Amino acid sequence: MAHFPILDQKDTRSGFGAGLLELGKSDPNVVALCADLTGSLKMDAFAKAFPERFFQMGVAEANMMGVAAGLTIGGKIPFTGTFANFSTGRVYDQIRQSIAYAGKNVKICASHAGLTLGEDGATHQILEDIGLMRMLPGMTVVVPCDFNQTKQATIAIGAHEGPVYLRFGRPKWPVFIPADMPFEIGKAQLLVEGTDVSIFACGHLVWRALQAAEELATAGIKAEVINVHTVKPLDEAAVLASVRKTGCAVSCEEHNRFGGLGDTIAQVLALNQPLPMEFVAVNDSFGESGTPDQLLKKYGLDVPDIVAAAQRALKRK
Amino acid sequence: MTKPAPAVASSVSTDELDRICSQVRRDIVRMVHGCQSGHPGASLGCTEFFVALYWNILCHDPKAFSMDGIGQDLFFLSNGHISPVWYSVLAHSGYFPTKELFTFRKLNSRLQGHPTTHEGLPGIRMASGSLGQGLSVGIGAALAKKLNGDPHLVFTLHGDGELQEGQIWEAAMSAPRHKVDNLIATVDWNGRQIDGDVDDVLPLGDLPAKWRAFGWDVLICNGNDMAELLATLNEAKSRTGKGLPIVILMRTEMGQGVDFMVGSHEWHGIPPNDEQLARALAQLPETLGDY
Repeated sequence: MAHFPILDQKDTRSGFGAGLLELGKSDPNVVALCADLTGSLKMDAFAKAFPERFFQMGVAEANMMGVAAGLTIGGKIPFTGTFANFSTGRVYDQIRQSIAYAGKNVKICASHAGLTLGEDGATHQILEDIGLMRMLPGMTVVVPCDFNQTKQATIAIGAHEGPVYLRFGRPKWPVFIPADMPFEIGKAQLLVEGTDVSIFACGHLVWRALQAAEELATAGIKAEVINVHTVKPLDEAAVLASVRKTGCAVSCEEHNRFGGLGDTIAQVLALNQPLPMEFVAVNDSFGESGTPDQLLKKYGLDVPDIVAAAQRALKRK
Repeated sequence: MTKPAPAVASSVSTDELDRICSQVRRDIVRMVHGCQSGHPGASLGCTEFFVALYWNILCHDPKAFSMDGIGQDLFFLSNGHISPVWYSVLAHSGYFPTKELFTFRKLNSRLQGHPTTHEGLPGIRMASGSLGQGLSVGIGAALAKKLNGDPHLVFTLHGDGELQEGQIWEAAMSAPRHKVDNLIATVDWNGRQIDGDVDDVLPLGDLPAKWRAFGWDVLICNGNDMAELLATLNEAKSRTGKGLPIVILMRTEMGQGVDFMVGSHEWHGIPPNDEQLARALAQLPETLGDY
C-alpha cells in the first residue's frame, strides 16, 4: 500500500499564514482582517508585508464579517481570521445574511478548530462549525489535512469565486502531503487504494486514518483512504466509486457526529448506494481541557477507534 | 471597453422633490396594501431622505449599475424592513420599471419583503433585514473605495431601534480606527419601534453624545423638512475627507404624510385596509403617475 512518510511537524494554521502571504504577493485585491488573533492565526507576515491591506478589527467579530462583506463590493477578496468558534457560531447571522445570502466573495478562515485546540477547553473547541457552514446555501467548506495542504487550499480559495469556510487547527501535526500534490477544491484525494473498506477523513484525522489503514493491513484488511478535504461540495463521484469497490464505509472527523462529513457521506449513500457505514466523530458532546492526543483518545477519535469502526463496518457487509 | 464617465448628482428644486415625495408615499401605501403586509410607518417617515438622496445627493447612474459601484456613490439600507420606500425611489429614479412595484412581497418577485442581491434587482448591493449589519458593510465598502483610489462616498441608513444591536457599536468603534472619512451614516431618529417608544423599550440615552464619544462627526436635522435635510446632507458631504466618519441624526415622524398613521408606532408593520388606503391616497396627490 502507498506509504506517506512524515516530512515535518508543522501546524496547519502556519500553512494558512504561508498561503495568505503568497496570495498577497500575487493578487493585489487580497485583503485580510483579523479579530485580535494575528499571531495565533499566523497572519503577521501578511500584516507586515501589506499593512495597507491588513485590517486589525479588534475583538469585534460580527463587525469584522460585515466589513469583509462590504470590502467585496469594491472588488476586494477579504480573508477573515479568528478561531473557528468565533468564525462561525458567534457570527452566524452575519455570515448568513451579509455573506452567504448576499453571495459575497468572503473567505472565512478559521483556526483552532476541534478538540486538538487542547487546553483551552470546550468554550473554544468548536465541534459544530462544519455543520453550521455546510447548511448555508452556496457556502464552500474546505478542511485541509496538513501544513502543505492548508497552504495549497488557502491559495486555491483565493481564486474561487464565492464564500468559503476554511477550517484548520492549532497543534503541530505531521506533514505528509507532498507540496507538489495537486489540490483542487471539490476533488477528493485517493491516498491509499483498498478493496475491503472505504475510510473517508478530513482535517487532522486524515493522518490518523492513514495510520489506521496500516494497522488494518497487518490484519489483512485492505482499507481505502480518501482525503475529503472539501466537505461541500462533496465529491460524490469519488465517494460512490470507492464504496462500489469496498462495500462499506467509515467517516472520520474532528467534529460532532451530527452535521459534519459523516452526515454528508451518509446522505449520498442513502440516495445512491445504501450500505453499512460507521462514524468516527465526537458523540454529541462538548470537549474539555487536555492535550490533543489525550482528547482524541478520550473522545474516540484515535487510531484504534478508526480500526474498530472499520471492523464493525466490515462485519455488517 | 471604455470606462463610464464618473456619475454626478443632479439638482432638482425643493418643490419638485416634495412633489416626488407625494408620489413615493402613494406607492408605499399602495404596495403594502397590495400584498397586505410590509412596513409603511418608517417608509413614510424616511421618504424625504430617500428622495433627497437619490435625486440631489448621490453621484450615481442607474443605467450603469454594477455590483462593485466603482466610480459611483453607494447607499446601503441597514433597516431593510422599510424596503417599500427604497423600491419606489429606485424605480422612479430609473433602476427598474415602476410597474414592477406591483410584485412587492409576492411570489417570484425581485422585490422581496426585505432587500436582497439574491434576485438581481438593480440598485441593491447587500441583503438586509436582520438588523445591525449595514454599518459594518458600509465601512467595508468605504475602505474598498479608499484602496481603489475611488473618491466617491458611501451612505448608510439605520433605524433608531436598530441601534440597540451590539454590532452597530462594534462598527461605530471601528470606523474612526480605520479613518473611514468617506462614509455618511444616517439614522432615522423617530423614537419609535415595533413594541412602542424607543425610550420605553430600550432607551438610547444621549444619542449625539454617544456617537461623538465613539469618534464621529455628528449632525442633527429635521428629516421631514426637505430644505433642511438637503442642507444637512450637503454639509455632511463637505465634511468628508477630514479624518472622521460622519453621522446624521434625522428627527422624523413615523407615518409622516398620512394623518391617521403619523406619530405612532402602531403602523410600523401593518398594512391599510381598502377604506384606509382610500383615505391615505386622498391626502397624497399623484404627481409622477401611479404604477
